[in-house]
Amino acid sequence: MSTATVTPPKQAATHTKAKSGRWRPAVWHVIVTAIVLLLLYPIIWLVAASFKPADEVVTSLSILPDNPTLENYTAAFDGIAGVSFWSFLGNSLFVAIGSVVGNVVSCVLAAYAFARLRFRMRGLMFAFMIGTIMLPYHVVLIPQYIIFQQMGMVDSFWPLILPKFLATEAFFVFLIIQFMRGLPRELDEAARIDGCGPIRIFFHIILPLVRPALITTAIFTFIWTWNDFFSQLIYLSTPSNYTLPLALRLFIDQTSVSAYGPMFAMSVLTLIPIGLFFLAFQRFLVQGVSTTGLKG
Amino acid sequence: MVAQQVEAVTSPPPQESKRDQARRKRNAKGQTGVAYLFLSPWMIGALLLTVGPMVASLYLSFTNYNLFTAPEWVGLDNYVRLFTEDDRFLSSVSVTLRYVLLSAPLKLAAALAVAMLLNRPRKGQGFYRSAFYAPSLLGASVAIALVWRALFTDSGTVDTLLQKVGINTGGWINQPQYATIVIVILAVWQFGAPMVIFLAGLKQIPQDLYDAAAVDGASKWKTFTSVTLPMLTPVVFFNLVMEIINSFQAFTGAFVVSNGQGGPADSTLFYTLYLYQRGFSDFQMGYASAMAWLLLLVIALVTGLLFWSSGRWVFYSGEDK
Repeated sequence: MSTATVTPPKQAATHTKAKSGRWRPAVWHVIVTAIVLLLLYPIIWLVAASFKPADEVVTSLSILPDNPTLENYTAAFDGIAGVSFWSFLGNSLFVAIGSVVGNVVSCVLAAYAFARLRFRMRGLMFAFMIGTIMLPYHVVLIPQYIIFQQMGMVDSFWPLILPKFLATEAFFVFLIIQFMRGLPRELDEAARIDGCGPIRIFFHIILPLVRPALITTAIFTFIWTWNDFFSQLIYLSTPSNYTLPLALRLFIDQTSVSAYGPMFAMSVLTLIPIGLFFLAFQRFLVQGVSTTGLKG
Repeated sequence: MVAQQVEAVTSPPPQESKRDQARRKRNAKGQTGVAYLFLSPWMIGALLLTVGPMVASLYLSFTNYNLFTAPEWVGLDNYVRLFTEDDRFLSSVSVTLRYVLLSAPLKLAAALAVAMLLNRPRKGQGFYRSAFYAPSLLGASVAIALVWRALFTDSGTVDTLLQKVGINTGGWINQPQYATIVIVILAVWQFGAPMVIFLAGLKQIPQDLYDAAAVDGASKWKTFTSVTLPMLTPVVFFNLVMEIINSFQAFTGAFVVSNGQGGPADSTLFYTLYLYQRGFSDFQMGYASAMAWLLLLVIALVTGLLFWSSGRWVFYSGEDK
């Protein structure tokens, strides 16, 4: 597999003509746009709600606020539970960037061994690695928690970042292996004839060529870590260590309607990085999904 | 392509010639050291964070353990209690099964329908594809779950709209018979990821099959059921396996909508949510470990059944059949 797998369909003149007779492009655009709008409605609603005063947020049907206000954002930046928004943002960024670095480094190393090197118990280890892709996290969760507790790491970022440096997200190992398999072996052979060992071949030949797969790994790791709730909920307990998803969770406890505006303002702020990533890398994202079957 | 990858994972590696095998054996010795060097982070993780914890949680599932005093061996007691004394466990199983059986097929049906709609060479196809995909990136977040909570609350948008057409349901998240549906809708909303995979699969179907169907005078529906669908079964299979595995583990939506309680009347008490409550609110780590192992067994069983059944309905065009 490679990112070039998704090629545009060959021009199919008869096929296209037969269809356009019944499906006028204009009708098609209207239908597709209608579905897109319906689908994006919750996001539009969210952005609109973040500019509405408290009494309008839930009940008002109109998308445009009657009395638009920036107060929600002022309150959101002030934070919640005595911790400022910037602290939550910093924590989320730290965890996400740490995870990205860990995943990219550890997964590409393991992938190179599986894709290019011969070693004892290779088949067994490969089968095990593939098996762990489908393993539910819960079955290792409790002992992992005990380990990190014994090491005094609970309520720190280590339990969230350290596993990424040990290539525990086997999915990305598999993704990079598949990409490496698409690289011509002649390159390795030529380098070996020139006297390069496996380590130099990795750094000088493979690593530069495998960059697209590493970018895909980095983008998805960032977005998944950014959205991750379960493991952050389990490991972080002091509000000053909270990430953005945990901060948003604090708002639920405040059942009063007055908290809705700031809650949605902070929700918008939380989604902005994903939106930016999406706009910048959408080709990468969509191709990554279609060539590897990644989940979003 | 996804289909090829499913094959790559499931089928044995291609046969090597005798000479290749001999050379490989010679190489294997020389490269094992350096290979293990590259593999060392993964190996440490596999041993300390996967194999070790799996064994440990299997052991803990036969004990009473609360993190603070030593585990006390109780044999099969946890498993027996789950099925005989714990109504909340049984209801979490039924809620989760209902969620899996509703969300996976509905999501894939939506994905396939929209993929069929998008799969024509039109201007703006790339833009629409990205727009449909966006919810898949956002849907797992707490932020979007909060939006769902507000949209489906009493006199929220959905309630108000339904009232306008004369249907009086009240807030969905406050009522047991509707609350699960709210989470199902959240899952179906994220059909963009499988849709993108379907689109890639549709583009791999050879045009001559469609041409042949057209020559035979096949109707659109007939072409879909006799050409498109059979050729797409490997992708359907892949999506189905992934969706089912993922939906058994759904957590965030249910947690946020019910504020971690699983209510009303345990109607959003998903399996993982109940596991979380038992393990990390009540600190019944042994009990929660038993639940985790049951989850693993069920997922393995369902995946195994799917793979076993795939011989009957998944069509790989590369094979002689």
